[in-house]
Amino acid sequence: MTINRRAFLGTSVALTASLAAPMIARAQATPRVVVVGGGSGGATAARYIARDSAGAVDVTLIEPQRTYHTCYFGNLYLGGFFNYDDLGHGYGGLASNYGINVVHDWAVGVDRDAKTVALATGASVPYDKLVLSPGIDFVEGSVAGWSVSAQSRMPHAYKGGTQVELLRAQIAAMPQGGTFAMVAPPNPYRCPPGPYERISMVAHYLRENNPTAKILLVDPKETFSKQGLFEDGWNRHYAGMITRIGPDMGSAVVEVDPAAMTVTIDGVVEKVDVCNVIPGQRAGQIAFAAGITDGNWAPVSAYDMSSKVDPDITVLGDAAAQGAMPKSGFSANSQAKVAANAIVSALTGSRAFPARYSNTCWSLLDTDDGIKVGATYEASAEGIVAIDNFVSQIGEAADLRAATYRESLDWYAAITTDMFV
Amino acid sequence: MTGLRAFTGALTFAVLAAATFPALAEGDPAQGETLFRPCRACHMIGDGAVHRVGPHLNGIVDRAIGASPGYQFSDALANAGAEGRVWTEGSLDRYMAGPSDYFPGTRMVFRGVRSEQDRQHLIAYMLAAGGRSEAGAELAEVAVAPEIAAILEISGDVPYGEYLSSECTACHRDSGGSDIPSIRGLAPSVFIAGMVAYRDGSREHQVMNTVARRLGDEELAALAAYFAVAH
Repeated sequence: MTINRRAFLGTSVALTASLAAPMIARAQATPRVVVVGGGSGGATAARYIARDSAGAVDVTLIEPQRTYHTCYFGNLYLGGFFNYDDLGHGYGGLASNYGINVVHDWAVGVDRDAKTVALATGASVPYDKLVLSPGIDFVEGSVAGWSVSAQSRMPHAYKGGTQVELLRAQIAAMPQGGTFAMVAPPNPYRCPPGPYERISMVAHYLRENNPTAKILLVDPKETFSKQGLFEDGWNRHYAGMITRIGPDMGSAVVEVDPAAMTVTIDGVVEKVDVCNVIPGQRAGQIAFAAGITDGNWAPVSAYDMSSKVDPDITVLGDAAAQGAMPKSGFSANSQAKVAANAIVSALTGSRAFPARYSNTCWSLLDTDDGIKVGATYEASAEGIVAIDNFVSQIGEAADLRAATYRESLDWYAAITTDMFV
Repeated sequence: MTGLRAFTGALTFAVLAAATFPALAEGDPAQGETLFRPCRACHMIGDGAVHRVGPHLNGIVDRAIGASPGYQFSDALANAGAEGRVWTEGSLDRYMAGPSDYFPGTRMVFRGVRSEQDRQHLIAYMLAAGGRSEAGAELAEVAVAPEIAAILEISGDVPYGEYLSSECTACHRDSGGSDIPSIRGLAPSVFIAGMVAYRDGSREHQVMNTVARRLGDEELAALAAYFAVAH
């Protein structure tokens, strides 16, 4: 009698469960999300998907590097405002706090029919939903004379990590009165104020350590982000040190010679001591391998960041062609949260909420002189569109500028917590 | 005899004070009023003052710390009051010099007034505009602004609030920073008052004004409900 009743009760519990959750009962296994790229987009997406699904979704994060060095705040390291080690973040928290399967390997291919990701070591990882957040690669031939094989002579220092350390060492080794040159990238590129914040930070370092040094900025663009604010800051802090060559001065016809350490602008040869070449950019290679690009970038729906070519692939951050948001770590983090909500909802039936995005980019001009630009965004059929925005003003009080800088430090601590902890 | 001792004591203190801080005069309420302007972003004082982001400051001098009715204080301030500590001119001076140095855990995000003279002016103004705490004054009913009360009436959608909060966590850490505060565990009345002030521009901050302008009352209620339960 007892056994029968127990058996009966067991059956009825199982039956109730299967009636209450038919989707789970029917599923062959826990749905699988594979995230390629552990930066601001990928790490955030992996963390939010794992956290919000609470074990109902298997999350695998594929990232070749064991320590991620943020590209943002790398300029502050160049200026002496931030320690290199503080730019580095490990993946241990994602594995131990959220149960994310962190795989340190390169994703080299995507089979969209079989729904698998191929790894450089030969393994194949199956997915139900794939998130690609590979950041940028460089457009070959973008700067005449420069290629990736020249990056130790003329660093790009535009993907964080070793290259930024190298650039710092080269700046420190400049002879007194030497010349630092930068070849700035054409639009669109990662972190619109980034090259100009870098100019500011290099100028700060040189003013303190090599005050007769010169900075040559070769810029293919007519205008750039926060231009008035940067130029006002350069005039106030680094008068006479920085020369910007725009298209009107021949910057469109630039060639570098890494062996001779020269920059040739419209036929005029300049000998330089350090040359930071930031080439034109495109989506990270895996987006091309997956066959989801159009031109240099991967077009996505503004409503959930899903690829316009394959709805089971989501593209985040710099690699995505999404509309009006700048390519920034803040944007990628914001997009990742919208995508995570959509993916968890699609896989588990949890509530989906409307897309909403935001971005703020802080830049440091000099000690305690921070500026910012930002906007809020929403989805439309034409892409992500801005709905409201703000920017620092020329002539702001010194205490506001100092507060803006301190805010940027708080933001850095917060976003890296939001990604990794 | 008592009168003489009190007189002598006061005289000694005055002489000592003059010797130690020769530059310090009595606080000037008029100068204090000017210095108080940035404080108005969060604190009201005088006739009709109500709690906003921070508590109103009527009758603050001689009142128990963290004990203004209708305002939910941080544990740091509420505990100090529960231990019998009181806002005096001296403790207000130290608090205004650096709120989180004096009361670690306070939610008052303010770096402090460096000048001791300016702090004296501010205290003089707070006394002139808000008076001292009087017996029974604590019992006076403190109204919540109608716009905030209306949002407090809305039953917040916690899961929606959690989703919306992901915009906040890009900058706000649970542990708080030097300038960007923690917002977890905030009482709904404090959260909503703060966000309404950012939304209508009475409290100025470029990022927060932009963030708040697209949050409707439903969104504010959802966020408030989520932050109140999130720890």
